[in-house]
Amino acid sequence: MNTIPGRRIIMTVFLIFLLLPIYWLVNMSFKTNNEIVTSMHLWPYQPTIENYKRIFTDESWYSGYLNSLKYVIINTIISISVALPAAYAFSRYRFLGDKHLFFWLLSNRMAPAAVFALPFFNLYSAINLFDTPWAVALAHCIFNVPLAVWILEGFVSSVPREIDETAFLDGYSFPRFFVKILIPLIASGIGVAAFFCFMFSWVELLLARTLTSVAAKPISATMTRTVSAAGVDWGLLAAAGVLTIIPGALVIWFVRNYIARGFALGRV
Amino acid sequence: MEKTVNQKAWFLVLPVFLIVAFSAVLPLMTVVNYSVQDTFGNNQFFWNGVGWFKELLDPHTDLGERFLASIGRNLLFSAIILAIEVPLGIVVALSMPRHGWQVAACLVILALPLLIPFNVVGTIWQIFGRPDIGLLGYVLNRIGFNYNYVSNDLDAWFTVIVMDVWHWTSLVALLCYAGLKSIPDAYYQAAQIDGASRWAVFKAIQLPKMNRVLLIAVLLRFMDSFMIYTEPFVVTGGGPGNSTTFVSIELVKIALGQFDLGKAAALSLVYNIIILIVCWVFYTVMTNAGAERPTQKEGVA
Repeated sequence: MNTIPGRRIIMTVFLIFLLLPIYWLVNMSFKTNNEIVTSMHLWPYQPTIENYKRIFTDESWYSGYLNSLKYVIINTIISISVALPAAYAFSRYRFLGDKHLFFWLLSNRMAPAAVFALPFFNLYSAINLFDTPWAVALAHCIFNVPLAVWILEGFVSSVPREIDETAFLDGYSFPRFFVKILIPLIASGIGVAAFFCFMFSWVELLLARTLTSVAAKPISATMTRTVSAAGVDWGLLAAAGVLTIIPGALVIWFVRNYIARGFALGRV
Repeated sequence: MEKTVNQKAWFLVLPVFLIVAFSAVLPLMTVVNYSVQDTFGNNQFFWNGVGWFKELLDPHTDLGERFLASIGRNLLFSAIILAIEVPLGIVVALSMPRHGWQVAACLVILALPLLIPFNVVGTIWQIFGRPDIGLLGYVLNRIGFNYNYVSNDLDAWFTVIVMDVWHWTSLVALLCYAGLKSIPDAYYQAAQIDGASRWAVFKAIQLPKMNRVLLIAVLLRFMDSFMIYTEPFVVTGGGPGNSTTFVSIELVKIALGQFDLGKAAALSLVYNIIILIVCWVFYTVMTNAGAERPTQKEGVA
């Protein structure tokens, strides 16, 4: 009753549409450049892992992945830890300017990164954080912190207030209540929020590239190196692309049961 | 659901306030500062008042023409992708399997494009659409279309739009799916007893339940498509000519390419104000929609 006719066909076609470009990338990453340029095969006729080998043995390549992971993890930890108390406050209390503050946060999630690229460059150069993972992690807070507050607020609101009141009657102090009772109750929400912070920090490129030059260069910036005077090294580019998809795919697997609710920002 | 008034809650919000203010307000001050000055290099700045803004909003100047044209292209782009992604997302959400491992499999595959870095999304479609080495470009050319996104405006638009549909329809679908999941089975049973048609069930039960999430979906999709940068930049570089130069691409060209700080800052401010206004409209609609049906909201949470 709650599905539509022909749903299997629609779903299959859509999933194929989603997977085909990814398959093409994977397919190319196992080919030699010669095979890519000279022929049109649906799968590699002379499969090679040379492209992956180069990435894993060349430090300038794999350090790109490590740099990206570094700022993504720092950012996720900062975002979640500052957003948790704020989400509780927004969900439970009314205070001076709460609605305006919430709107202001939301508007920062929507602010175009391009606007901030140049001022961030000046700001982080001035405080000597330029070209460190901290600069990128802090810069990504501008959209991840509001998002985390937004998601967690939805999850905290679904915890009945009676639980807070009972805990306080039982003599729990506020910090103890927070750590011992509230956090376990919204553990799945924290997981979802962390997933989203990870995701948006991982996929962002403009700020990450602007705020780093050598030491903290993210993988997305390293990938531009495949274009040289001799043309594009397609196989290597494809292999690097495939490797950036893997962390995301792993993370999805862990939160697959909460994904739908998470995308609704805890508000369904 | 009554919230108690407690000003001490500010202490809980303070860390968030400080960290966002640090990365939002400080840079914005710099932007405001630049937007009213002109520079001839060497860090020498001169007061220019509202000169840049005048130029920006006047279609007869070079800057104004470029800015307004890129806004126009961006709005057209946002309109097209919303018109495709929202209905398609609803259809996909309605087509989700109901039980078993297929649900998890579909969810994971749907979420996959969302977790690919923006520049890799660009790379994937850059490769996929090439007539010489990409499957899409190759097949299209084989069956008789003269498709080449590097030289033809329409083909470039087609590629950028299909790429965005590929990238983001899943978001709409997952949001709608979450909305659909919250409908209790009893509703469907009641509809069955009443002998409601498929269309009536959709209109009377499913669509109203998806209202809130659809609003979020439209908001997110509009905002993100309005500030899209990386994907079209990687695929087309804003070309051919200027045909896929959206506002963010134009802005980065002026700011980091030509280092025209005054112009870039003025553009940034106007851009930000547009975003702020749209955001405010959505926020008002969203909070009103929530306030109208407080009892229902409590029931499904």
